[in-house]
Amino acid sequence: MSTAVKNVSMFFIVACLIAGTGFIQSWNTALFILNMGLISAIMALGVNLQWGFAGLFNVGIMGFVALGGLASVLISMPPTGDAWAAGGLHVMLGLVLGAATVTAAIIAQTRLKSGRTKTVSTIAILIGGFFLFRYVFDGGVNAIEAVDPASTGYLGGLNFGGKNYKDWGFMTVISWPVGGVLAASVAWLIGKTALGLRSDYLAIATLGISEIIIAIMKNEDWLARGVKNVIGLPRPVPYEIDLQESASFVERAASIGVDPITASSIVVKLGYAGLFSVVLVIVLLLAQLALASPWGRMMRAIRDNEVAAEAMGKNVTARHLQIFILGSAICGVAGAMMTTLDSQLTPASYQPLRFTFLIWVMVIVGGSGNNFGSVLGGFLIFFLWVQVEPIGAFLMQAITSGMAEDNGLRVHLLESVAHMRLLTMGLILILVLRFAPKGLIPEK
Amino acid sequence: MTDILTAIVVLANYVFIPAIAYGSQLALGALGVTLIYGILRFSNFAHGDTMAFGAMVTILVTWLFQSWGISLGPLPTALLAIPFGIAATALLLLATDRLVYRFYRQQKAAPVILVIVSMGVMFVMNGLVRFIIGPNDQRFADGERFIISAKDFKIMTGLKEGLAFKTTQGITIVTAVIVVIVLFWFLNRTRTGKSMRAFSDNEDLALLSGINPDRVVMVTWIIVAALAATAGALYGLDKSFKPFIYLQLLLPIFAAAVVGGLGNPVGAIAGGFVIAFSEVLITYPLKKVLKYLLPEHLEPSTLVQLLSTDYKFAVSFSILIIVLLFRPTGLFRGKSV
Repeated sequence: MSTAVKNVSMFFIVACLIAGTGFIQSWNTALFILNMGLISAIMALGVNLQWGFAGLFNVGIMGFVALGGLASVLISMPPTGDAWAAGGLHVMLGLVLGAATVTAAIIAQTRLKSGRTKTVSTIAILIGGFFLFRYVFDGGVNAIEAVDPASTGYLGGLNFGGKNYKDWGFMTVISWPVGGVLAASVAWLIGKTALGLRSDYLAIATLGISEIIIAIMKNEDWLARGVKNVIGLPRPVPYEIDLQESASFVERAASIGVDPITASSIVVKLGYAGLFSVVLVIVLLLAQLALASPWGRMMRAIRDNEVAAEAMGKNVTARHLQIFILGSAICGVAGAMMTTLDSQLTPASYQPLRFTFLIWVMVIVGGSGNNFGSVLGGFLIFFLWVQVEPIGAFLMQAITSGMAEDNGLRVHLLESVAHMRLLTMGLILILVLRFAPKGLIPEK
Repeated sequence: MTDILTAIVVLANYVFIPAIAYGSQLALGALGVTLIYGILRFSNFAHGDTMAFGAMVTILVTWLFQSWGISLGPLPTALLAIPFGIAATALLLLATDRLVYRFYRQQKAAPVILVIVSMGVMFVMNGLVRFIIGPNDQRFADGERFIISAKDFKIMTGLKEGLAFKTTQGITIVTAVIVVIVLFWFLNRTRTGKSMRAFSDNEDLALLSGINPDRVVMVTWIIVAALAATAGALYGLDKSFKPFIYLQLLLPIFAAAVVGGLGNPVGAIAGGFVIAFSEVLITYPLKKVLKYLLPEHLEPSTLVQLLSTDYKFAVSFSILIIVLLFRPTGLFRGKSV
C-alpha cells in the first residue's frame, strides 16, 4: 500500500469515527468534536512548527492559547465608557511607567560599565520603578473595578458597535490574528531570555510563563474580569434563536424533516466549522510551503545538527527565535478561535494537562515533523479525549457487572471513570513513543 | 524595644516559619529532580505526580492505621505511614523504569525525548492518583495541632503578637534535616553513593572503572522515591492534599533545582530555600511588621504587599529568569548537558 493511500485512509477512518459519533450519539456531539478538532489541529500545527521543524520544546502552549482568548475579549467586547473615564488613563499610565522601568533597567545593564555602579543603579531603577508603577496603577485598577462590578468592572474591548455590539460579529474574526500577535509578542520575550540556553531551560521557562499568564488573567479584573468571566461574546455566525424565529428557516428544516431547534444548533456549528476550516487550510498551506522552502530546509538542518548549521553561517538562535514566535502565534490564533466558539472567556478552565500536554500528545501521535500528521493527531486525539469517558464507563459496567450493585469497589470504579482520560492519554503517548516514535504519518 | 521584638515575632510567625517549612518541602522535591538530572540526565516532568502518588499511599495507610486505632500520640499518624508510601513509590518508579525509561537509556536517546516520555508518565501517574483517591481535598493530619500556639506564646512573653508553630511545620523541618543528613552521608561516605557521584560526573569513566550502571540507576530511583514520597507527604500534611496542587508545585521545584544548579544536591537545597523565602516574603503584606518598626505618623496606609499571593508563581519564575540571565549554570555550578 503506498504511503499516500495509507495516509488518506487514516484521515478517512478518523472522519468515519466522527461521523459514527453523529449516527450513534448525536450530531451535536459530532460537530463539537469536529470544531474542537479543527482548533486542536491548528494548535498542533503551531507546536509542530516548533518541535517538528526546529526541535524546540515548548510546554507553555496553554499560556499562548489563553492569550488568544484574551485577545478575543479585548477586540470583540464593547468598551466600558465609565471604566475608561474612571481609571483608564491611570492604568495606561501605570503600564507605560512599568514598561519604562524595565527599559531603563535594560539600558542601565547594557550601557553602564560593569561594577558596583551598574548593579546598584539597576536595582535602584527596578525598585523605584516598581513602587511608582504600583502607586499609579493600583489607583486606576480600584477605580475601574468599582464601576458596576456585577456586570462590567473592566475596561472592555474595542467593539464600537455601541448597544448593538452583538451585530458586529465580524470583530471576533478580527480578534483571531490579534490573538496571534499578542501570543507572538510574549513568545518574543520568552525566546529572548530562554533560547540559546539548554533545551530544558526553554521547557521550564515556558511552563512558568504559561502559569503566570493564567494567574494574570485570573486576578487582573480590570483587564477581562478575572474569574468573574466574560460571557456573551459576539459571534461571527447567526444565533440559534434568530434562526428559530425566521419563518423561512423553520420551513426549510421542516421540509427535510428535522425539528427547528436541532436544525438551528447544527447550522450554527456548521457555520463555525466552515470558518475554522478556512483558517486551518490557510495555516496548513503556509506550513507546507514553509516546510518545502529553503527556509524550512535550513530549519531542519539546524534541528538535525546545530553545530554544523552554525558552521555554515546560520544564526541558530535568531532562527530559533523566529520559529518559536511563529509557532506561538499560531497557538494564539487557535486560542482566540476557541474562545469565539465558547462565546465566553473562563480563565479558571485553562488546565495545563488539557491545553499543553494534550496538544503534545496530538503532535507526537500524529507524527512530529509532518504537518498532515499534526492535523490527523489533532482530530484523532480530541475524538479520543471526548469519547474515552463513555467508552470507559461502558467497559467498567461490563467488568463490574458480576459484582453486587452496592459493592464499594464497583461504586468507586464507576465514579472514577472520569479520570480514565488522563490515564489513556498517557498510555497512548508512551506506547506511541516506544513502538512508533515517528507517529502515524512519519516525516518524509 | 518591645516594638522591635514584636516586629520580629510577627515576621517569624508569618514569614520565617512558613518559609522554612515550605523551603524544606521544596528542597526535598528539588533534590529528587536534581538527582534524576545528574544520573539519568533528563528533567523529570513526572516528579510532581510522583510526589502526589507517595502522598496518596501515605494517606491511605494513615487511614488504615487510624481505623485500627494506631496512633503516635501527639505526633501525626502519617509519620508511621510514610515508610509505606516510600516503598510503594519505589516499586512504582522501578516498574516505570523497567517498562518505560530503560528502553530509551539503552537506545541512548536524546534527553529531550526522555522529557517527553516523562510527560506521558506524568499523565499516567496523575490519572492513577485521581483514579484511586479522587480529585478532592483530603485531610489526614491528626495529633497535637501546635507545638506553640499563638495564645500560649502571648501569655508566655506578654507581647502583643503571637507566634504559632504548627506540629506539621516542626515535623517537616526535622524530617527534612534528617533526610538531608542521611542523603549526604550516603552520597559522600558509602561505596554506592560514591559510585553514584562518579556516574554523575563522568559516565564513561565510571563505566570503565567497573561501576554497574543498572545498580546505580536502581539506587537512584529508590532514593528519588524516598525523597518524593517524603516531600509529598509532608506538603500534604502541612497544607492539604489535592492531586492537582502537585502539578503546580513542579514549577517552584524546577526553579529551585535550576537556581541551585541542576545536578548539584547542595544547590537544590539552597535553591529550595531561596525560592520559598522570596515567595513568602514578597507576597506577605508587610504592614503588620512596619507598624511596629516605624514611628506612628509614618505608618503605611496600604498593606505594603509587594505582589498578591496569587502571583507566587511569578516570584519563582522571576528568580529563575534572573539566574538564567546572569548565571545560567545556577548559583552552585550545576552541570550542563
